[in-house]
Amino acid sequence: MSQPESAVADSRAGDRAGGSSPSGKESLSALAERHGLRRAIARPSLPVYVRQLWDRRHFVLTYATSRNVSKYSDSALGQLWQVLTPLLNAGVYYLMFGVIMGQRKDLTNYTAFLITGVFVYGYTQRSVTGGAKSISGNLSLIRALHFPRAALPLAYTIQEFQQLAISMGVLFVIVLVTGESLTWLWLLIPFALLLQTIFNVGLSLLLARVGAFVRDMNQLLPFILRTWLYTSGVFYSIPARMKDQPEWARFLLEFNPPSVFIDLMRHLVLNSYPKDLAAHQFPHSTLPQLWLYAGFWAAVALIGGFWYFWRAEERYGRG
Amino acid sequence: MAVAELTKELSQMAHPHEQAPQPDAAGAAPADAPEPGAPTVIVDDLHIVYRVYGAASAAEKGNAANALMRIVRRQGRPQMKEVHAVKGVSFVARHGDAIGIIGRNGSGKSTLLRAIAGLLPPHKGSVYTNGQPSLLGVNAALMKELTGERNIVLGCYAMGMSPTQVKERYDEIVEFSGIGEFVQFPMSTYSSGMGARLRFAIASAKVHNVLLIDEALATGDRDFKRKSQERIHQMRDEAGTVFLVAHNLDVIEETCNRVIWLHKGQIKMDGDPQTVLAAYNS
Repeated sequence: MSQPESAVADSRAGDRAGGSSPSGKESLSALAERHGLRRAIARPSLPVYVRQLWDRRHFVLTYATSRNVSKYSDSALGQLWQVLTPLLNAGVYYLMFGVIMGQRKDLTNYTAFLITGVFVYGYTQRSVTGGAKSISGNLSLIRALHFPRAALPLAYTIQEFQQLAISMGVLFVIVLVTGESLTWLWLLIPFALLLQTIFNVGLSLLLARVGAFVRDMNQLLPFILRTWLYTSGVFYSIPARMKDQPEWARFLLEFNPPSVFIDLMRHLVLNSYPKDLAAHQFPHSTLPQLWLYAGFWAAVALIGGFWYFWRAEERYGRG
Repeated sequence: MAVAELTKELSQMAHPHEQAPQPDAAGAAPADAPEPGAPTVIVDDLHIVYRVYGAASAAEKGNAANALMRIVRRQGRPQMKEVHAVKGVSFVARHGDAIGIIGRNGSGKSTLLRAIAGLLPPHKGSVYTNGQPSLLGVNAALMKELTGERNIVLGCYAMGMSPTQVKERYDEIVEFSGIGEFVQFPMSTYSSGMGARLRFAIASAKVHNVLLIDEALATGDRDFKRKSQERIHQMRDEAGTVFLVAHNLDVIEETCNRVIWLHKGQIKMDGDPQTVLAAYNS
């Protein structure tokens, strides 16, 4: 992972000028240059790479949709599972944390609170898991066809986004049924999802490269993600839990990217949630602060992840 | 085997009047080529090393205690083996060349094709190309749970076609594959011949600059073999340079004007088909 392979090859090709070429007159690299031939494997510049990726947008979308369609194609209920899966997920968590562990005193609508957290976290979790496998699990595709490799982690995230869109529909019904009301804040939901999607794309690009070269990542990832789940305030309210702790500790937990996106969504969807926080006087990050954090994480993840992934573009597929 | 049948079929369909040109070993192009003799693919001291995972040695037995001992003794990742598939191959392919690549199983033929296509990064050395060489093969992008319709669209996009191109080519692909109303059923319900026909129809729908054909490509009934053979000829005329990997030497002799014999990852011989094939057969 230290040096781009093409750079090494470059210097070597330069060294062997006048080497054992079939013509015997000029080196093959010089011959190639004279006829304007380019190296078959060369990493395109970042702007060119972005354009190539944009040119493949139809492939990315079709690939994502196709994966979603094929996912449930051998079950009797078929595409209905796209709705049933989030519903059942919500049901299991409600049974576990709502019924068995008992309702929370400090949260009016714990069911909606919990399910919002589960869906929002699940989106990031599945994007990351998919991203980590997107290169290592598609080696035959990478070795057969030419396309910017970032198309794969991107397609996996878009696939999860399509799933999430359905989950959000389920969520809205649950939220309204459990006594929340429709507010103007709901208009901001697409923007929160957009920021989270950008964050997920960046993170899955990062893990796609890691997963491509570090095979053990796919074994380790479930544990990392489960730890992340428990620290992200999916089952509990961070402001309520951290009310007696120092300010910086609460900030650290609240600044954690999944916590940001989860809390953002809760502020937008559940009008009981900000009221609960205010009623108990829990110190917490305000909605504008949460937008700021979300924007920060989206920008950092996308730029960092994309750059990191692109740096190894020509090496994907080697093993 | 179906592949062998195809190649046999190809040789039976030989056009005696279409005598392949027989240039010297440097690979001069036929006189009627638009840009005769200009190099299209230059392979310069190419080495390809594969990393293979999961190849535990017999002593390893794949149990956890042994794996731990390996790590403690710092012997590296045990399941990883490096395979040096191509060892220092150099040649120049020119416009109008149809180059056959022969060799035993495991001699690095398919690996070489993938490297020329720019799909496998060189360990050492380099491949220079004019435009983007493409491997004729789209199988990896298709999903068997999906209908033929969806797979045609998916496969075309995977090869980099635009929506308008896909629309233009769609009917032609369906017609060429000859699978009829089965196009609306999932590919998992197809017979192996039907699946192969659809895959070949999709793969060959695109115009290629430098074309790489791996033998495990087309199968199907007699009719389809003839059609696919015609399609390969047509693609060879359209493309500037064609590489063809095949075990059936008659096909190579009939189609190619130059043959490269790979042996254990190295070029054992490179020249006109008659000379190389004669040496290969002896």
